[in-house]
Amino acid sequence: MTKLVYFAWVRERIGRSEEELSLPATVVTAGDLLNHLKGLGEEYEMALQFPEAIRVAINMEHVEHDEPIGDAREIALFPPMTGG
Amino acid sequence: MATQSKSSILPTVRVQREDFDLQAEVALLSVGRHDIGAVVTFSGLCRDEGGRLEALELEHYPGMAEAEITRIADLAIERFSLGGLTAIHRYGTILPGENIVLVIAAASHRQAAFDAANFVMDFLKTSAPFWKKEHGQDGKAGDWVSAKDADDAARTKWTTDR
Repeated sequence: MTKLVYFAWVRERIGRSEEELSLPATVVTAGDLLNHLKGLGEEYEMALQFPEAIRVAINMEHVEHDEPIGDAREIALFPPMTGG
Repeated sequence: MATQSKSSILPTVRVQREDFDLQAEVALLSVGRHDIGAVVTFSGLCRDEGGRLEALELEHYPGMAEAEITRIADLAIERFSLGGLTAIHRYGTILPGENIVLVIAAASHRQAAFDAANFVMDFLKTSAPFWKKEHGQDGKAGDWVSAKDADDAARTKWTTDR
């Protein structure tokens, strides 16, 4: 099981802030994960319809979409940041 | 000969709901020290966007927000000749006129202090996990603030300038 956490409009569109999912072996990279989630239902499709806009962090560190997720404890998906 | 390693400077990083006291934070960095010749402070405040905005809601990723600001502060300490560095970012509901973020860079000379404060803000805006949502005067929860290309450009200049 992998813990997924969502923030800002990704969280609102998916309708929850976190969940534990069991990921198939075909999900190797962060980009694969986005594609996989898009197939899980309308809410995921709505949140992730422009995957290039989604930022990914593995174990609280920013990664590119081609990063292998390995045995990540926590994967976060969120929009570009707007702090400061 | 006593040589002080740059890495001996530990930044002060806080992510908090409550307000901060700019004067008190400056004093923590400078009082009792005779090596600090320049203190640059940047504080970011909530605007009302011409009366349209009632509040901003600042969401953050607990844990990663602190880690990412610390990483950025450490980059600044490595890059500029600093005597001290503080970065504080608030979360939660913030009203127009209230503080959002504080960066204080202390150095022997002003250029390092100005540059470091600018550097920390440019990186913080594009890589610290915070998101702003607007709440309008009409009482409706509005839209999430969009990331600006200008902020990405401001950050990129630090990697292309040298």
